[in-house]
Amino acid sequence: MHIPFCRRKCPYCSFFSETSLDRIPIFLKSLYREIELSRSFFSAFDTIYIGGGTPSVLAAGHLENILNHVLRSFCISSGAEITLEINPADACLDYLKSLAKLGFNRLNIGVQSFDDHALSFLGRRHDRKQALHSINAAFEAGFDNVGIDLIYGIPGQDMPLWLDGLRQAVSLHPCHLSCYQLTIESDTPLGRRYKEKAFAMPSEDEHYNFFMATSEFLESHGYIHYEVSNFAKGMALSSLHNQKYWAHTPYLGLGPSAHSFDGGKRWWNYRSISEYIKALGKGSLPIEDSETLTEEQWKLETVFLGLRTARGIHLPGFSRRYRCELLSGGNISKTNKKAAKFLEIKDDYLCPTRAGLAVADGLASILCFNTFSLKLI
Amino acid sequence: MEKIRNFSIIAHIDHGKSTLADRLIQYTGIVDQRNFKDQILDDMEIERERGITIKSQAISLPYQAADGTFYTLNLIDTPGHVDFAYEVSRSLASCEGVLLLIDAAQGVQAQTLANLYLAMEHNLEIIPVINKIDLPSADVERVVRQIDSELGLKPESHLKCSAKEGVGIKEILEAIVERIPPPDGSAESPLAALIFDAQYDPFRGTVIHCRIFDGVIRAGDAIRFMSNNAAYKVEEVGHFLLSRSKRDKLTAGEVGYVIAGVKTISDVHIGDTITHDQRACAKPLPGFKDVKPVVFASIYPISADDYEDLSVSLEKYKLNDASFVYEKDASAALGQGFRCGFLGLLHMDIAQERLEREYNQSIILSVPSVRYRFTLKNGDILHVDNPAHYPDGSSIAKSEEPYIRAAMMLPERYLGAVMKLCMAKRGVNSTFKYVGPGRTELVYEMPLAEVIYDFYDRFKSVTQGYGSFDYDVIDYRESNLVLMDILVNGEKVDALSQIVHRDRARARALQACERLKEEIPRQMFKIAIQGAIGGEIIARSTISPFRKDVTAKCYGGDITRKRKLLEKQKKGKKRMKMIGSVSIPQSAFLAVLKSDND
Repeated sequence: MHIPFCRRKCPYCSFFSETSLDRIPIFLKSLYREIELSRSFFSAFDTIYIGGGTPSVLAAGHLENILNHVLRSFCISSGAEITLEINPADACLDYLKSLAKLGFNRLNIGVQSFDDHALSFLGRRHDRKQALHSINAAFEAGFDNVGIDLIYGIPGQDMPLWLDGLRQAVSLHPCHLSCYQLTIESDTPLGRRYKEKAFAMPSEDEHYNFFMATSEFLESHGYIHYEVSNFAKGMALSSLHNQKYWAHTPYLGLGPSAHSFDGGKRWWNYRSISEYIKALGKGSLPIEDSETLTEEQWKLETVFLGLRTARGIHLPGFSRRYRCELLSGGNISKTNKKAAKFLEIKDDYLCPTRAGLAVADGLASILCFNTFSLKLI
Repeated sequence: MEKIRNFSIIAHIDHGKSTLADRLIQYTGIVDQRNFKDQILDDMEIERERGITIKSQAISLPYQAADGTFYTLNLIDTPGHVDFAYEVSRSLASCEGVLLLIDAAQGVQAQTLANLYLAMEHNLEIIPVINKIDLPSADVERVVRQIDSELGLKPESHLKCSAKEGVGIKEILEAIVERIPPPDGSAESPLAALIFDAQYDPFRGTVIHCRIFDGVIRAGDAIRFMSNNAAYKVEEVGHFLLSRSKRDKLTAGEVGYVIAGVKTISDVHIGDTITHDQRACAKPLPGFKDVKPVVFASIYPISADDYEDLSVSLEKYKLNDASFVYEKDASAALGQGFRCGFLGLLHMDIAQERLEREYNQSIILSVPSVRYRFTLKNGDILHVDNPAHYPDGSSIAKSEEPYIRAAMMLPERYLGAVMKLCMAKRGVNSTFKYVGPGRTELVYEMPLAEVIYDFYDRFKSVTQGYGSFDYDVIDYRESNLVLMDILVNGEKVDALSQIVHRDRARARALQACERLKEEIPRQMFKIAIQGAIGGEIIARSTISPFRKDVTAKCYGGDITRKRKLLEKQKKGKKRMKMIGSVSIPQSAFLAVLKSDND
């Protein structure tokens, strides 16, 4: 569920949101309508993820209403993973306690960094102190499953500084960590400043070093590197919701710019609150466009999404589904010694190694476009 | 004959030649406004885009002069590049006069002068026309002074026009009638017709464009080409209006077409003379040359599956381009292909572009080469235009390469820079003379191989576009040649091999390695690029692998975007050639020719 509001836009972020919060009531009305209209497509869910935007700009009462509408229209399994994204600046203890009471059982906190310089470069509205407090408060409010987001590759951030941040993070014992490389999106204020050469970004080699060091550090501290940017203290604590995206499991996206997938077709909502409200006001779904995947596209997605995860791609399943072998020859080390640096086969799964995860896109393109052969690595 | 005027328009590039031609055509009213499109004589899409005329074109314009008399004005459009200098000279040989078009803002430029000399060589009446007088930056007075001082023409002989605005067009048409002499020649004499162009018509075969100097040609006549005595029977003759317009006959002084059952365009030679089989003229019209290709390169399909398709396309393309020759060729790295001969680099460029655009072919072009001559120890003489056929080094007694006489016209202030460039290109025996105030003609003898390498681009850049350049192949001279190979990850890419002078081999190899490093995208493994003579590595560069390319986030909304990006990449890969495990883009094969000093 995409909540398209933020108190302040972060200059690096290209997700859709608005800063004028006075449209929240009318947005919520439309959202309830969308939930109602969607009940015929989907019936049961075992995960709910409320992201954005900044969902923590909503009062607990708003969130309660949203959950009530969801419960009224859909069947939610008992023990479902119900996640809320929060901004550390919004994480006061009382608020968090009421969230726990509403039934949220997983919090994902947008910490991004523990360094005030980095936080101000990113234009965040919280500081180091609030970041530390938010995590402690989440545990104190009764959340067992707490995840945090961190960003690396920020200009001015060197390896020791980043590792300090990671050390700080693990000392607070979050169950889940998402560590994203800072990506310059051209349609953001940061993207424009980058184009004007206002600052320099780390080189690809430095990005690689950050990526590898992060993976080594967190795995040595008991976290599983289960997706390119995601780490969990045991697979039970990985984001069940996010894994659906990588496994072609159906999902329903609600709110402006949200994407949905029903197992064959993908569609997405208007990236505009006005359009969104207008469509629902007329009683129709706010769908901007859709696509139906061809067999070829399915296959391509299966490969590039699968290679993003440590679990990898199930080879017998792949050949059953697409009636072709993903690996000609079937054995990596025999086919190509260099390929073993990037890929391995474990229990019928083709999985990327740590170095392989870093080049997952390149691997996918080689596997897909060179008729499934590793000759080219 | 008194009522005919044959003329060309000559000009520096972008001085408005095609626009003026459009206005003349419009003024005489042979095409209604509705059917009019700009640059009507530039048929090919690529001509319109590049703003250059590649093929000659002709059109007959009916015109009633101020005195009430009806005239036929034959406009013969000419190609505008040194590769096609011979075609231009044949077009001019078919005229009695030219409009020398000069941009009012830019004034006299290199090609203006080069064109003037060409026209003077053919004793043509020259009418200077100052174009673009509507531009705010126009300086007509200055151009008039240049006509006097730099061109040595009577300043009062000029006309002013704005082809864009259609101003001054009538005056130009009147001047053509008054000042350009009518053709002479006699209808009673034996037939002598000059072939200045030929086009292929899928239904009629070759359509010969010619100027009749003497005699009359009619349908049914038995004719013969004087260069090779090939005999044909005339099926149809006629004039060029906007399309072909059939006539009973073409008479001395006229310009028109002849269709005579000539199957392929290669059977027609530009500059050849047509005469009657039974009553031949005493000697052919002057100036005929058998134009031979001087630049050779191989063309390969990017995907081996497209070989048959490419073969068919080349066959069709050849029908339209008589100067283009080709034969089968095979490369160890690039598979089955064709070895092709071109008049020059621009000609090669155009052929490549037309094959891609008009025939929808994805091709790789190998490094161009000249034709070398090797005398072997056993006395055999070997002509080699393909590095793949370079003879075994120990069997060579003597190596020779073709030399040209390069004639360059340039403002004096660029003399030093051009001489330096020519020397760097192994130029020898230079002479120069002043041809006008501040203007010099510089002549060098140079290896042709140096000229096709990157000479023309650099010449244009050091003379800031004010230099003009022309060349003739003169002879073969002994030269210390070696075969330089390029290896990508240890694998020889024969399409990148070059025959080079030994002294230049190391520099050339280094340059090739550096260029390839820029052109070949980083891959998941290290790529070594090496230049070698025999087994000896003389240059090397390395492309380090990429180690991180994965996007940070891939959730609901990112998946479609990511997939589309990969699909786009796949399309890009279609324009790459796999050498071993390395994808080499098409552009890399040509990039090795570009020097760093541009």
